[in-house]
Amino acid sequence: MSAPERGFNFGLASLLLAVPLIAAYMGEPYYLTLATRIAILSIAAVGLNFALGLGGLVSFGHAAYFGLGGYAAGILANHALKGQAILDWPFELGGTTFMPTIWLVAVFAAGLAAFLIGLLSLRTTGVYFIMITLAFAQMLYYFAVSWPAYGGEDGLPVYVRNSFPGLNTLDPVQFFLISYAVLLIALALFSLLRNSNFGVALRASRQNPGRVASLGIEVFRLRLAAFVLSGAITGLAGALYADLNRFVSPQMLSWHMSGEIMVFIILGGAGRLFGPVAGAVLYIILEQSLGEVSDYWQIFLGLLLLCVVLYARGGLIGAVLDRRLG
Amino acid sequence: MSAILFAEQILNGLQLGVMLFLMAAGLTLVFGVMGLINLAHGSLYMIGAFACAGVATATGSFWLGLLSGLAAAAAAGAIVEITVIRRLYRRDHLDQVLATFALILVFSEGTRWIFGSFPLYLNPPELLLGTVVLPGGIEYPKFRLAIIVAGLAVAAGLFWLIGRTTLGIRIRAGECDREMIAALGVNIGILYTLVFALGAGLAGLAGAMVGSIQSVQVGMGEPVLILAFVVIVIGGIGSVEGAFVASILVGLADTLGRFLFPVLFGAFMDASSATSIGSALASMLIYLLMAVVLVFRPRGLFGNVGA
Repeated sequence: MSAPERGFNFGLASLLLAVPLIAAYMGEPYYLTLATRIAILSIAAVGLNFALGLGGLVSFGHAAYFGLGGYAAGILANHALKGQAILDWPFELGGTTFMPTIWLVAVFAAGLAAFLIGLLSLRTTGVYFIMITLAFAQMLYYFAVSWPAYGGEDGLPVYVRNSFPGLNTLDPVQFFLISYAVLLIALALFSLLRNSNFGVALRASRQNPGRVASLGIEVFRLRLAAFVLSGAITGLAGALYADLNRFVSPQMLSWHMSGEIMVFIILGGAGRLFGPVAGAVLYIILEQSLGEVSDYWQIFLGLLLLCVVLYARGGLIGAVLDRRLG
Repeated sequence: MSAILFAEQILNGLQLGVMLFLMAAGLTLVFGVMGLINLAHGSLYMIGAFACAGVATATGSFWLGLLSGLAAAAAAGAIVEITVIRRLYRRDHLDQVLATFALILVFSEGTRWIFGSFPLYLNPPELLLGTVVLPGGIEYPKFRLAIIVAGLAVAAGLFWLIGRTTLGIRIRAGECDREMIAALGVNIGILYTLVFALGAGLAGLAGAMVGSIQSVQVGMGEPVLILAFVVIVIGGIGSVEGAFVASILVGLADTLGRFLFPVLFGAFMDASSATSIGSALASMLIYLLMAVVLVFRPRGLFGNVGA
């Protein structure tokens, strides 16, 4: 990572922390919610960046893991609040509103799904892989829509925000700080892994899988590991997102969600540490400001995205840094 | 469950299958010839449906509507190809996915802008209202039967076009080696625009025909697009024959699954939970079918194994 990029990352991280806190202090809590949303969606995109940025695995179905994490949180909290057990047999299993437990379940559920889906879809590459990951995510989406036990199409409300020891999660500032801390941890993990043996092999397998295989590394297992990790982190973001909205719906599993998560990465710059964060910030600010100008803001968003893809290939970070250097 | 009801479901499955083929044929041709993954194909389907509904309501003629659905989608396809898609052929799939995702946003919101958020409804032409009695005493709506016949006819026409005409030879040659046919004097730019417009027109035709069965609304293209993806993954990307076989397979599996699963589960559980579990599983059936095909043939049923 170049020095200017490090500076950019530090500036972005500080702004994302400082602006909402200052806004909240000045009596504008709306920006705090917005920043929490940005932080959580950034975590989801950092998750996808493991597969897409490092491994070159263009998964168009990450909404599946995001939604599974969300449903894990929603279902556990829902059972806990109603006092019903999830399972009576073979052992009794109740719900919980304890955030760390929920996160663990979300990470495990999303990771397991990523393992099963990866096992099948990583047999293919290229355009097959894109379509298959999309199709499996849609499968879960339709399942959630037609399965009435947890709200079906109407979604599942989570009446009270889940608890974290020592903190009041209903306080927007504290919930923002939790999300922000998780984002920093996810980024630290990304940064560590990118330069580890695993990350180097993964990045090499993106460029030339044959050569990596000839070095005695099994590319399939390498990719599967990256895919599972990627899904698990996106699942954690889903659990937080459910807590933010106090609501889970099949919308979290929809392919628009997958598209958005992917757009964050490309807007910011694929494979870059802070690419997903920069993209999420830009996207959500655009969404908000264009939404105020016109009801049909998605047209402008679409045109803008088109311009980025056609003319600004390094994403936001690439555009900013290249101008500085050049 | 009577045999007649079952036969009706098979016909419904066939109808879904031929519609899917009209969608999948364009997708698979565009991928086979130009190597492009086009998410905005569902938007062209939507454009066909809206143009058909708009013109049919204005003029009172369904047939004029059908024709303008096809024409509008083909024209939109040609315009998009020339302005945007053309720049994407040499890009990687990630760029193609994003650019066509952006196109969906533009198309969907643009349509909402013009036609509003409320769904439109379209009546079938009078000629095709009512039902027809098929051999074996099966009563079936004339319009749905007409869709099956029209879809099969278009499929036959497409196979003739690709297999027997000069344009078809050029398309197939383009799949094999684009530099070579360009060197032989074929204007590859025009060929690509034609192929894209052809696929768009087929999608528009599908949208225009379905508009009389379902409501015409923004976002109607996406569910069909994803089914069409499943179809071309099962059939083998780039293969029109594969798309045909897989379309019928997916159409039948989906329709019969939704019909049979609740009945099947009803045999050993109470009716309401049988319906919910049955329909939830039925909605997953075609994806499971896709998974099974992929395990045995990762490049689809008709895919080129060596490629």
